[in-house]
Amino acid sequence: MALKGAIVVDTTKCKGCSVCAVNCPTQVIALSKEVNAKGYPFAFMQIPGACTGCTNCATVCPDSCITVYRVKV
Amino acid sequence: MTIQEIIQPKNNVYGKTPVLTDTVMHYCPGCSHGTVHKLIAEVIDEMGIQDRTIGISPVGCAVFAYNYLHIDWQQAAHGRAPALATATKRLNPDKYVFTYQGDGDLASIGTAEIMHACNRGENIVVVFINNAIYGMTGGQMAPTTLIGQVTSTTPYGRTVELNGYPLRITELLAQLEGTCYVTRQSVHTPVAVRKAKRAIRKAFENSALKKGTSFVEVVGTCNSGWKQTPVEANNWMVEYMFPAYPPGDLKDR
Repeated sequence: MALKGAIVVDTTKCKGCSVCAVNCPTQVIALSKEVNAKGYPFAFMQIPGACTGCTNCATVCPDSCITVYRVKV
Repeated sequence: MTIQEIIQPKNNVYGKTPVLTDTVMHYCPGCSHGTVHKLIAEVIDEMGIQDRTIGISPVGCAVFAYNYLHIDWQQAAHGRAPALATATKRLNPDKYVFTYQGDGDLASIGTAEIMHACNRGENIVVVFINNAIYGMTGGQMAPTTLIGQVTSTTPYGRTVELNGYPLRITELLAQLEGTCYVTRQSVHTPVAVRKAKRAIRKAFENSALKKGTSFVEVVGTCNSGWKQTPVEANNWMVEYMFPAYPPGDLKDR
């Protein structure tokens, strides 16, 4: 049984600290080229298929702007 | 399976706890304060004590903590949070009272207050953020600044001759009879965050059991004050802060 996951980033609150990206075990997360209203790049899923929904990114996020979804397939 | 099929409310496994407000935190990107606020909010949510918790916010970066958690708050004068927490807890013995203090607040100007509150064994929780610097005022030397660490008031690095030794206040407090649980944690990796959350939960539970003062130090980063990126600051903390401030439980009874 495999786990498939996805994250939703609140791009208005993300400050682009990239702590989530370095703690992602499957290197799913990267920082965007564009910036949000505050001028920060924000986290997004660059390889969506590799996300396992492990919640590591949301656990270390200082601004609580990541919501994690997970399904068993 | 498409991303849209995964992103359904029934598949939600982790998100922002309702105890946290929707206000965007004023902290710098990657600041440890945000993570610790989240952990306290999650513990309050899981224990179901949102209407029975009173927080005491300090002077320092975390002075606006009252904007970020949906609980009752008071704001203390610099360093006096343990004194205010003592009064709050004694007047409301059925409430959960915690202080949230930084190293400039707790280990410098507030040393007398924290020592005596812990020595009296007040049934409060103290969350102590140690980032070895005065973050809010511009990165000056704190009592906890490491030997050789460059700050705006020690531009050539802290020296023992001029500034003395880093103050390990958590070790001092562990020796006092009044403390029941003294621990040092960090929040730089998912494993560390989960451990820190367990420590904060235990501290709140001790408060209800009237065992004495619970003291949770969180070794944190101040990437702006340290002039580093958030990720570099986390690595610097592991390399230089942990030898001086090793994580782990100092006292548990």
